[in-house]
Amino acid sequence: MIRLFANANYDFIRWRRWAYGLTAAIIIPGFALFLVHGLNYSIEFTGGTLIQVQTKEAVGTERIRSALDAAGIRDAEIQQFGGPTEYKIQARIAKEGVAEGSTEATAAAVDSALARGLGSGPEHYTIVRTEAVGPKVGRELQGKAFLAIFFSFIVTLVYLAFRFEWRFGLAAVLATFHDILTTIAFIRYLDLEVSLVVVGAVLTMVGYSLNDTIIIFDRVRENLHKFRRQNLYEILNLSINETLPRSVLTHGTTMATTIALVLLAGEVLRPFALVMTFAIFTGTFSSIYIAAPLLMYIEKRWPGEDARGARVLRPPGSVPLNPPPAAPGGGGGSGVRSKAAV
Amino acid sequence: MRTIRSRLIAIGILLAIAVWQLIPTNVTQRVRDATTGRMKDTTIRRVPINLGLDLQGGIHLALEVDQSKGPVPDCATAIQLAEKVVRTRIDEFGTTEPVVQIQGRCRLIVELAGEKDPARAKSIIQRTAFLEFRITDMKNLFRDALPEIDKALRRAGVRAPGQRAAAASVTQLFGTDTAKAKGKAQKGKAAAKDTTDLNAPGPLSSLLFQGQLPGEYLVPEEQVPVAESLLARPDVQRLIPRGLELRWGTEVLSRAGRSYRTLYAGEDRPIITGEYLQDAKATRDPLTNQSVVNFTLSRAGGRIFERETGRHVNDYMAIILDGRVQGQPPIIKSQIGQRGQIELGAKPLQDAQDLALVLKAGALPAPLTIIEERTIGPSLGQDSIRDGIHAGIVGIALVVLIMVVYYRVSGLLAVAALVLYVVFTLGGLAGFGFTLTLPGLAGLVLSVGIAVDANVLIFERIREELQHGKLVRTAVDEGFKHAMSAIIDSNVSTLLTAFILWLVGTGPVQGFAITLIIGILASFVTAVFVVRTFYMIWLDRRPDMATLSV
Repeated sequence: MIRLFANANYDFIRWRRWAYGLTAAIIIPGFALFLVHGLNYSIEFTGGTLIQVQTKEAVGTERIRSALDAAGIRDAEIQQFGGPTEYKIQARIAKEGVAEGSTEATAAAVDSALARGLGSGPEHYTIVRTEAVGPKVGRELQGKAFLAIFFSFIVTLVYLAFRFEWRFGLAAVLATFHDILTTIAFIRYLDLEVSLVVVGAVLTMVGYSLNDTIIIFDRVRENLHKFRRQNLYEILNLSINETLPRSVLTHGTTMATTIALVLLAGEVLRPFALVMTFAIFTGTFSSIYIAAPLLMYIEKRWPGEDARGARVLRPPGSVPLNPPPAAPGGGGGSGVRSKAAV
Repeated sequence: MRTIRSRLIAIGILLAIAVWQLIPTNVTQRVRDATTGRMKDTTIRRVPINLGLDLQGGIHLALEVDQSKGPVPDCATAIQLAEKVVRTRIDEFGTTEPVVQIQGRCRLIVELAGEKDPARAKSIIQRTAFLEFRITDMKNLFRDALPEIDKALRRAGVRAPGQRAAAASVTQLFGTDTAKAKGKAQKGKAAAKDTTDLNAPGPLSSLLFQGQLPGEYLVPEEQVPVAESLLARPDVQRLIPRGLELRWGTEVLSRAGRSYRTLYAGEDRPIITGEYLQDAKATRDPLTNQSVVNFTLSRAGGRIFERETGRHVNDYMAIILDGRVQGQPPIIKSQIGQRGQIELGAKPLQDAQDLALVLKAGALPAPLTIIEERTIGPSLGQDSIRDGIHAGIVGIALVVLIMVVYYRVSGLLAVAALVLYVVFTLGGLAGFGFTLTLPGLAGLVLSVGIAVDANVLIFERIREELQHGKLVRTAVDEGFKHAMSAIIDSNVSTLLTAFILWLVGTGPVQGFAITLIIGILASFVTAVFVVRTFYMIWLDRRPDMATLSV
């Protein structure tokens, strides 16, 4: 029988400050880049034209560029897309006030420019994909993507508040918010194109990361009832260690599928698969190093009035019989810091 | 034992339902006939999973009323007109199941799966609607020409399909409608009889049944492609009497359990065209409680119409939009000037509203502008499917490997449940008629990875319980019991985000959300219920088992 991390007893929480440093080192430069350059939005959001061409021979982006230049199409980005005979030509709407229908005219113009430059007919090239998005649709989709992320937050917050105590919910949502920040930084570092599908990946990531946090919190909830003598620090560590084999296994299987998607599912799905793969890392990380310590801080700041919350800040060994005084953080600091073996 | 049996029965029923959904069925598709170039219905057998445009290849267009040349005050009505117009042209697209629908208030979505020529498709959609009124073949010249046409066809070696017996009974069926029509039906029968003198049914006339009006014919739905190809022949075209043209109707009538398409013989010259029409409104006549459409012509149009209707009192006037006769041609009761009324009798107001839309569509052509276009070539779609399936197979194989190596026999149980999971998910997609898109394929692969999470939770819990020295049976029970709250919570949180994605997303992303939702539901059933049942059977067979392979 193979057992990974069985009866593990790592003091995860102790390393929380290192973890904060690590995550800040990822988020802050990424965010600075994001603020300066913004994200590389797909034409779905900006409006614009995308044409994917398959050529018979590997013509190179230069020949395509000269073909477009000859026709006076200058603002297009040309990228190799997958194999050496596939190219993506993209032109975003740069300025306001572009008329509806003009993006579609651009697509036709590119086609005729290619026909002149490369020779027309399927023996030279074929257009395998065209997308032309007018400015109105682009604006609408931006709004929709924002709404989607916003609502997913609200709904999960409500669900967590309903299923757990609000302190757990708040910690979980903040951890998820952290995941969105790291994911934005990740997208910025790799300069991935943010399409609607990538937004879908971010939302799935929200669900997956929350899921992971919930598994740990569920165990925390159970252990709080089971081990009444231990403080929250110990309970958190115990719960993370107990769920560690599950985390390793589940992330292993999910990662197997996302990596298969990254490597095999083709160019269109690759950004999605990359974001999902990263999501597994950040989701796991945040469940352990963000959600759990946050729960501790929240409990310290606003101690619970019930049996669970009341006890958490007591030093090990004391069993409260009555609700403690409501003074915030009353004499509990030592309990939080004490490192106790389980 | 009884619980095991009832659980197995439940699983069996679920599996049967899922497999039933996946059995290839006959699907009616409209395809382009290779010889005539017209659209016809064919049935093919395929697994009833709908593929999205991104997998199948095709064109997605979003259109709005063009406001660049001046504002259009009522875009909702304008887009309804446009929808009506595009629908009448549906057969011109070279595609199987065109989707034409209004999204929101003022947007028209047209999806043409498998269409290869975007330029042509766009020109069909954006072409201005053409409305005309034509007088039907009042003298039955076409019917009189049928024997000649049959003769010519027979000479060319075309045989009639063996439909003789049915034909006679149907003719009679229509004959009972009105006395006037009866007379015509008799005549039609007589005409048909003439052709039987040659001991064989007429290749064309055996397909046509006289309708209620002069110049109206009914063609059994399944014979429409045959009739179309016969009528398209040059030797037939030559024999159609001078000054007449044949036009298919939009209406499908059903009589005695069969459906018929209408075919009209009418004058080749319109008495008036849509450009003279100014407005049309559907109302219900307060006195007679009949549905009527009131229409107004321009002053010049009124003069023309007055002259023409004066010559054609008691004739039937076909309303033709883009070459298709709309509804049943009304009779011209008296001379009509600038204002006219079309009575639809006892037909519902909806029919009158549809007709008013047709008239307005011809009168006020609303230019459409394309605000979004996505074209996916069929080869790209096939590549996507192939890549997606490759990724899926590799991903699933890795998951299976991890589970079996790590959890051994219990892992095998989970893998067996995973097979059921895939069948359930695909069955769900087929059964609810959802569309599988490229992101949906990714969602499917991803959900396999997530699906085993519930099993991992349960197995880890069982291991813990065993470690605490519990008996195998108790450990299994406790493992399932304690893992449940975590499983439910995590599934619900993923379901909620997927649901929001479905609400807010469009097209392909919705496909992703759908497969994720179905995947989560299916995985809940398989990972919890099915694996539990497997364990029950296992423990039932080996009650003395001391160690569990987990």
